[in-house]
Amino acid sequence: MAQALANRTVNRAGSALIEDARHRVTVDVLREISFSLQSGERLGLIGGNGAGKTTLLRALAGIYEPVSGRVRVRGVIGTLLDTQLGMNMELTGIENVRLRCLFHGMSKSATQSVLDNVAEFAELGDFISLPVKTYSSGMLVRLAFGLATAITPDVLLMDEWFMAGDITFLAKARARLETLVQESDALIMSSHQPDVMRQWCTRLIWLENGSIRQDGPTDEVLDTYLAA
Amino acid sequence: MNTLNAETRRKEPLLDLSPLDGSGRLKAAAADLRDGLRLLPLAMTLGWLDIKMRYRGSMLGPFWLTITTAVMVAALGVLYAELFNMVLRDYLPFLALSLVLWGYISTLISESTVVFSQESRMIQAARMPFTVFACQAITRNLLVLLHNAVVVLAVFLIFGVTPYHVWLILPALGLWIVDSFAVMFCLGLLGARFRDIPPIVTSLLQVFFFITPIIWRPELVGTLQHWILLDPFYPLLAIMRTPLLGEPLPGALWGMALAHSAVLIALAVLVFTRFRARIAYWV
Repeated sequence: MAQALANRTVNRAGSALIEDARHRVTVDVLREISFSLQSGERLGLIGGNGAGKTTLLRALAGIYEPVSGRVRVRGVIGTLLDTQLGMNMELTGIENVRLRCLFHGMSKSATQSVLDNVAEFAELGDFISLPVKTYSSGMLVRLAFGLATAITPDVLLMDEWFMAGDITFLAKARARLETLVQESDALIMSSHQPDVMRQWCTRLIWLENGSIRQDGPTDEVLDTYLAA
Repeated sequence: MNTLNAETRRKEPLLDLSPLDGSGRLKAAAADLRDGLRLLPLAMTLGWLDIKMRYRGSMLGPFWLTITTAVMVAALGVLYAELFNMVLRDYLPFLALSLVLWGYISTLISESTVVFSQESRMIQAARMPFTVFACQAITRNLLVLLHNAVVVLAVFLIFGVTPYHVWLILPALGLWIVDSFAVMFCLGLLGARFRDIPPIVTSLLQVFFFITPIIWRPELVGTLQHWILLDPFYPLLAIMRTPLLGEPLPGALWGMALAHSAVLIALAVLVFTRFRARIAYWV
């Protein structure tokens, strides 16, 4: 496998696959990425499939520790990267909420208030005490989003999953996020959908083949992106 | 609200990641262990939920573990006492204890090879100390051990076995838990990188089940007495088993148990320090 890959990479400039000194094939996903974000900014990552959006989000979340370069994030990080959102599908909604609170080292009373807050936002009714695997994708998204935003993160990282929600949910989610961001927090999200980006983000980074193609205000970047 | 925000903002955490060299890696590994142990309530809840989930919908629940072990001990006990020409009253308590302890060791080791790879979803969803997954697996296996211990207790009561110097199992238990962590980090990492590790470990465990004095008494090997000390499982098993059975423990056994553990721990520190940051890329 490695050998087959190695043969393909020979003499092909600009390939993402690189062979190192010990003949191991490596993939260079992100290159020469440098940016900093101030509090209150809402950054969108845009780019085609395989541009490195998810990898960049994971690197920012501290999941992938950098092989070269440096990542500095100040504040509590909230992540919504995976479609299952780090929840255990076999457990009930309540159990998942409690686990997340334990992860944040919260007290019993704080846990209870998070539970109430999430239950109210997600509108799951009695489903909250059923296993998460019985939920529809919309219910799952509401629970995950409510949970990730109930325990106020300073920096919220979101992948494009949350489009599964219906229109009313998107409006509700936006209202909830807006309050979060107003409390001088930062949001970084990735999406394929230009209209969502235009609504939610104040700044865009256009990724192409793992590098920054353009970095600027939403409308400016989006216009060139759509024209390209 | 505003003052609270200002308060929390002053001591908010800073994530600062960059490629590390030797001592930086060691510090990061130590931080992982420290942060992971701080999340012990989470890890223990996760371990408990694993057991609860495995038996959700079953009437007897985790007590199936107890029943399975009881049947196994009864069946093997009667047969092997006959085969080894031993009195059932002597053999059955030995066998019950050995099988239950070996059950912990072998399940822990075979689960350790997938401790990180089977949690790939969790690992890719948010940054979490890897120690949490090790704690979770150890908690789960200790709970299973407790359920099986009921069988040992019953056999001991039936045959009137009284432990001797029972406080000796406390240091043994401590060593077992430290070794459990070492196994988790060592095999968990190797298993995440090389997917051949789990089947290799499973077949090796089968071999060790027969060559280690588990179902047979160590006295039976006669002149090979010194050689079986090289089997890493024998001394570790003996430091727990002999005091519980009320038998005197040969001094060499604790020494050998510590020696084997030292090698294991050194390996774990080496592997975990060097490759901890790669786990997320592998799983």
